[in-house]
Amino acid sequence: MTSELVDFTLVSVALLGIGIYGLAVKRNFIRMLFAVEIIINAANLNMVAFGRFLPHSGGQTMALFSIAIAAAEVAVGLSLIIVAYRMYQNVDIADFRSLKG
Amino acid sequence: MADAVFLALAVITIGSAIAALELRSLIYGSIALMGTLGGIAGFFFLLDAPFVALFQLAVYVGSIAVLILFTVMLVKRELIFKKIEDKRRKFAGIGLMLVIMVSLGAVFLDSGIKTITTDEPAPNFRDIGIDFVTYYWPALILMGLLLAGSVTGALVLAKREDVENDQRAS
Repeated sequence: MTSELVDFTLVSVALLGIGIYGLAVKRNFIRMLFAVEIIINAANLNMVAFGRFLPHSGGQTMALFSIAIAAAEVAVGLSLIIVAYRMYQNVDIADFRSLKG
Repeated sequence: MADAVFLALAVITIGSAIAALELRSLIYGSIALMGTLGGIAGFFFLLDAPFVALFQLAVYVGSIAVLILFTVMLVKRELIFKKIEDKRRKFAGIGLMLVIMVSLGAVFLDSGIKTITTDEPAPNFRDIGIDFVTYYWPALILMGLLLAGSVTGALVLAKREDVENDQRAS
């Protein structure tokens, strides 16, 4: 293996920065979900990289847990988007002043 | 130092992450998000974690990205192409991104993780399986319950209550 641990962490930091930029700037609900996905993937990459270089199997186990929980989060997030879109006919979060049914 | 495959994967991953957030159409954006997730799976292959990589391909690229695509298709056409953001906020966001990247990157480059190298074999999927059924078994059961609960919750949330007489039912 020629790549080192610090290379993977730098890629992960870049993805984290892009994700935080997306969360801070975008007002589209779906784009913010994209940004959250990017941040979760940066975290997973870090876990697997540290698990490879220490080496310990815990990193990969935690990454698998994280992927499964992210799947659950996306399912709920997308259904929230559908409900909010049905209520407001829009995906702009500035319009979502109240989410009560 | 990094090799060519790593650099190519890094360019694909970071480039398509930017494209996912910046492309005008949400549909192309979600396809670019697929590129990011696939690039991360490539990194997992580089890190000798083929099981996690295939899990990533199956769960993220296979199901989550397709779920997002279908949700985008449910949204009105003009909303897919409309970009809602203001300029000042955008510059502030770019500044925040650069601050985070530079400061965290400097911390990592300055820290001791540059010296961590290993010649030991990577943990294989047998170790992961043993982890799952011994130390982490309560977490595994909780995760199964959480997944079932979230899917049920998503179905309940997305159910339409305003339709009195559904034409398809009769």
